[in-house]
Amino acid sequence: MTNADVSVNPLGPSQAQPSLPVLEVSDLTKAYQVGTDLRPVLGGISLQVNRGEFVCIVGPSGAGKSTLLRCIAGLLAPSSGSILLDRQPVHEPPPKLAVVFQDYSRSLMPWMSVAKNVILPLRSKGYSKREQVNRAGEALAAVGLTEAASQYPWQLSGGMQQRVAIARALAYEPEALLMDEPFASVDAQTRSDLEDLILGVRDSFGMTVLLVTHDIDESVYLADRVVVMSGSPTRIREEITVDLPSPRDQVSTKLLPRFSELRAHVMTLIREDRVNRGT
Amino acid sequence: MAPSAAFHGRRLNRRVLMALAEVAVPVIAIALWWVLSATSTSLYFPPLSKIMTSFRNIWLFSHVGSDVVPSLENLAAGFAIATTAGIVLGMALGLLPILSDALAPAVEFLRAVPGVALLPAALLLLGIGPGMKISLIAYGTVWPILLNTIDGVRGIDPVVVEVASSYRMRRRDRLVRIILPAASPQIVAGMRTALSIGITVIIFSEMIGSTNGIGFQILSAERSFDVPGMWAGIVLLGILGYLLNLAFRGFESYVLRWHRGMRQLARG
Repeated sequence: MTNADVSVNPLGPSQAQPSLPVLEVSDLTKAYQVGTDLRPVLGGISLQVNRGEFVCIVGPSGAGKSTLLRCIAGLLAPSSGSILLDRQPVHEPPPKLAVVFQDYSRSLMPWMSVAKNVILPLRSKGYSKREQVNRAGEALAAVGLTEAASQYPWQLSGGMQQRVAIARALAYEPEALLMDEPFASVDAQTRSDLEDLILGVRDSFGMTVLLVTHDIDESVYLADRVVVMSGSPTRIREEITVDLPSPRDQVSTKLLPRFSELRAHVMTLIREDRVNRGT
Repeated sequence: MAPSAAFHGRRLNRRVLMALAEVAVPVIAIALWWVLSATSTSLYFPPLSKIMTSFRNIWLFSHVGSDVVPSLENLAAGFAIATTAGIVLGMALGLLPILSDALAPAVEFLRAVPGVALLPAALLLLGIGPGMKISLIAYGTVWPILLNTIDGVRGIDPVVVEVASSYRMRRRDRLVRIILPAASPQIVAGMRTALSIGITVIIFSEMIGSTNGIGFQILSAERSFDVPGMWAGIVLLGILGYLLNLAFRGFESYVLRWHRGMRQLARG
């Protein structure tokens, strides 16, 4: 996956070179109107993600993680605060951003073949027909789905469908990839395969990834940095740099004492929050 | 392997049996009609043999060009106008709640007026030419298509809409490649209802205000006491209706092949 130089660097690729923030979220709040009340969901989130960095946002269910992701994606307007992507304020979905949604069966178009699903977002990019097809083919090859190109998405397994959604995002060539609980709806074995797939994709495409999950193990395994969100309204509780060696490995990485320490630390933070909230 | 083959064999047998039943029932019914009516002396229920003779004389093929083709042409034109207008308007009303709120009472009022009830007015305004019939068919058939399109567009999964926005898809792509296919199962169901309404309207309009067409032929046969000729026209309508439905089923299974496949898979 990565070359030897990177793998001996204990801090992982993002800390290996000086890097600039791709994404800057400053003092972001979001409140939903419930009847006549305003119910605050996000209470002042500030967050930076550097170029090439893999950041996981972890927090209990219902903590507004998806809300934060949708604000960053330009799908939801924040109540206050600012979001800068590549120094440009985000007011609508930015062209250099791709989102992978949790529910693959709903995010892929069932009336289109796999290849057409991947091509669909490329149509507005001004590529020639041939180039659209080539790019889609490359993206499908990157997730190992060349064979499935002419099938309908619903003819594939859940894991394969989510790989189609990832290929669609890759073909779009985003600066940053936002993933909303992308592996929450697949079985455990598929899940670890997809985790390794996305790590490989990050390395080979040099992509910045911001992934939301409620799975503590997953966040520690994948991330260069874990952002723990908690409270109501939600704030950032702590940011933890994951100093595990790269490349990660499902067996040996998870056997490292450091992995257990980090995992325990994140779990403690989330537990405390649950105790405080009395749930 | 063996049990699966046996299972497969049983399923195949079932399908053959069902296909046979589908053919057998009409064959038996026609045979019964033929036998039971053979000695009929009733003026109103002539023997089937007489009806068939009349059918051959009128419909094979002297009146095809003068009556069947115009009927089908008018039906096709009216149906095409209704489909286009129903889908375009339905998408607009489905996507723009302000527009649909503003037009809802008008739509409900107009839809409550049956197409055939407007025939006298249409005769006054448009005469007895094909324009009148096409307009009446278009009016009579547009409602189920319009209402189903609105329903289909409103029922679109919000995740699909988010995908379209996050990938900054062009308006045209959204309309043609996402919203239209997503609503297509409902649209096609509306078209199916519309087609049977269309057949009713064309026949009725030809009976009341026309100088040709299948409906005109049926009514003028009845008025000149040519009862077998009247029945022959009714038989022709049955056959045409069956064939139109068959053609529509072919269209449906092509357009909605993804939908059918998905549902079959979900059922397991």
